Amino acid sequence: MIGELVKRYLRMDRLPHMWCPGCGHGIALGALLRAFDRVKIDKDRTVILSGIGCASRVVGYLDFSTVHTTHGRALAFATGLRLVRDDVKVIVIMGDGDALAIGGNHFIHACRRNIDITAIVLNNQIYGMTGGQSSPTTPQSMLSTTTPYGNFARAFDFCNLAIGAGATYVARATTYHVSLMTELYASAIKHHGFSFVETFTQCPVNYGRRNKFPDPASMLKYMKDISVPFKVAQNMGSDELQGKIVIGELIKEKEDVELNKVVRERIMKFRGGAQ
Amino acid sequence: MSAKLIQGNEAVVYGAIKAGLKFFAGYPITPSTEIAEMCARDLPKVGGVFIQMEDEISSIAACIGASLGGFRAMSATSGPGFSLMQENIGYAIMAEVSVIIVNVQRMGPSTGIATAPSQSDYMQVRWGTHGDHPMVSFAPFSVEECFTEVVRAFYWSERISSVVVLLLDEVVAHMREGIDIDNIKDVVQIPERGPFPEEKEGYRPYRVEIDKGAKLPPLGTGYRFNVTGLVHDELGFPVENPEKTEFLIKRLHNKVDAVEDEITSYDERYTEDAEVIVISYGSVARSSLRAVRELRKNNVRVGFFRPITVWPFPSKRVRELSKNVKNIIVAEMSMGQMVLEVRRSIVENCNVTLIQGIKGELITPDIIYNTVNEVISK
Repeated sequence: MIGELVKRYLRMDRLPHMWCPGCGHGIALGALLRAFDRVKIDKDRTVILSGIGCASRVVGYLDFSTVHTTHGRALAFATGLRLVRDDVKVIVIMGDGDALAIGGNHFIHACRRNIDITAIVLNNQIYGMTGGQSSPTTPQSMLSTTTPYGNFARAFDFCNLAIGAGATYVARATTYHVSLMTELYASAIKHHGFSFVETFTQCPVNYGRRNKFPDPASMLKYMKDISVPFKVAQNMGSDELQGKIVIGELIKEKEDVELNKVVRERIMKFRGGAQ
Repeated sequence: MSAKLIQGNEAVVYGAIKAGLKFFAGYPITPSTEIAEMCARDLPKVGGVFIQMEDEISSIAACIGASLGGFRAMSATSGPGFSLMQENIGYAIMAEVSVIIVNVQRMGPSTGIATAPSQSDYMQVRWGTHGDHPMVSFAPFSVEECFTEVVRAFYWSERISSVVVLLLDEVVAHMREGIDIDNIKDVVQIPERGPFPEEKEGYRPYRVEIDKGAKLPPLGTGYRFNVTGLVHDELGFPVENPEKTEFLIKRLHNKVDAVEDEITSYDERYTEDAEVIVISYGSVARSSLRAVRELRKNNVRVGFFRPITVWPFPSKRVRELSKNVKNIIVAEMSMGQMVLEVRRSIVENCNVTLIQGIKGELITPDIIYNTVNEVISK
């Protein structure tokens, strides 16, 4: 099955990919291909954009119209594209440092505008491509090359940030929860409005190695242990949820204020109905 | 329509819409803000989209996105915002995306005097973004020229598939002149993108000759190529091959060099018998022209030269002119930036005198008038 999807959606001549052994990005990419199949995505009418970093290299492998933009700015590129092209599906793939550090401002404003873009962030809690520096999602006290005495700062809660900023679809999965991830990617792509799926993924080489995870499997097991499904979390106190991550659909709102729709309506009004 | 009293900034918007502008993304900054405000008001009426972004970085990013989507896109800003745009200007040059940036120059460094005119971004336009890159920039000196030059900026941006900067200063942007925008003659027609081959599979947008720009069909129309700021091959995929790298960097320059004579434009008056020539651009050239005319009344043999294409600098013509005069006077509102280009261009026996305008005020005609007299009497 996946072999078929690989042939259908990937640029075979671009493989093998450049990710390290044990990296979770391939698992996420696999889930994305299954989600594409589920929503019967139109390869010719879909544009996939990314920023800079390990996660962002995914666009090179996808057989679509693809744009590998500048660091942190993918959502801003996507916003311009989506505003002039109502006829294309726009998907943006970023990493945690990409979307939240250098691109944090663009991220919250994309959420606020509720523009019809699907943003997928592969959150491995580290800057992998530059060799393991701390990111805004590196947990407190964890080690990286720029936090050799442990990370002093607290980690961002990506999903709470997106909800607070006004995203109308916010969900979270991990690379341990492959079928959930597939389901969430598919729902996000179908959602009209800004949809965001955070995916916890493992970076054994630059994060695990420095933080007492002996192998990729131990990182996957850790993600399994700390994950709490959204429905279960509803009946848990904040003390109980300490150190856990909530997975599943966290918010899914009605779709009536999508930005592009509002913009089109204004244009239509001026042009007497014709576009 | 008859003549209307309008601002330089307004004329930029009218010209851009005439040129087919369909997308504007920007962030408010004095003295360029009227351009954003007018686009917000007028673009929806022509089926275009305006968006106020969260900063100038995202503004140019959104413009690149819209241009890749197949639509003409523009942003407008001033020095501090132009600095924020630099990384993505480099991206657009590398990925060969047509985008227009209007930079209305004000005093700096930093916030400087936000409402005061300046020409101190001249070198930032050329060298602001990192890496080896060409740059094309036009600088109007009248309201009507704001209209015609923005159209020309769109024309060249499409032809070379790259960034073109329309370089204004606060005086040109905010002064008002009566123009009849419906009857401006010689407005250049902008070429459509393409044609693109019917066979979409395997289309190579970057497969062009060593002196041509890429041919990028709109994204999401069945051509499944890749766009990147990395050194890339003909399909747009990253490569680290030394020969391909060299070819790409050379081609980015060659495509501008190849049309340099066509792109270059300047306004030259009274140079035939001139002993001294005043060189200036933008609003300062208005003062120069006034001074030159007054001096001519007194039989002073002084000439006037104004680059309209400020990048690439019209070096060849300045070199020719320098052969016949002993003195060139450069007047600009900075410590001296364009003067470096003039000095680089001239023959050995020609002297260059610089008039620096660093008071946050337009250089007045009398300063230029007096300087010409001083230089001549030496």
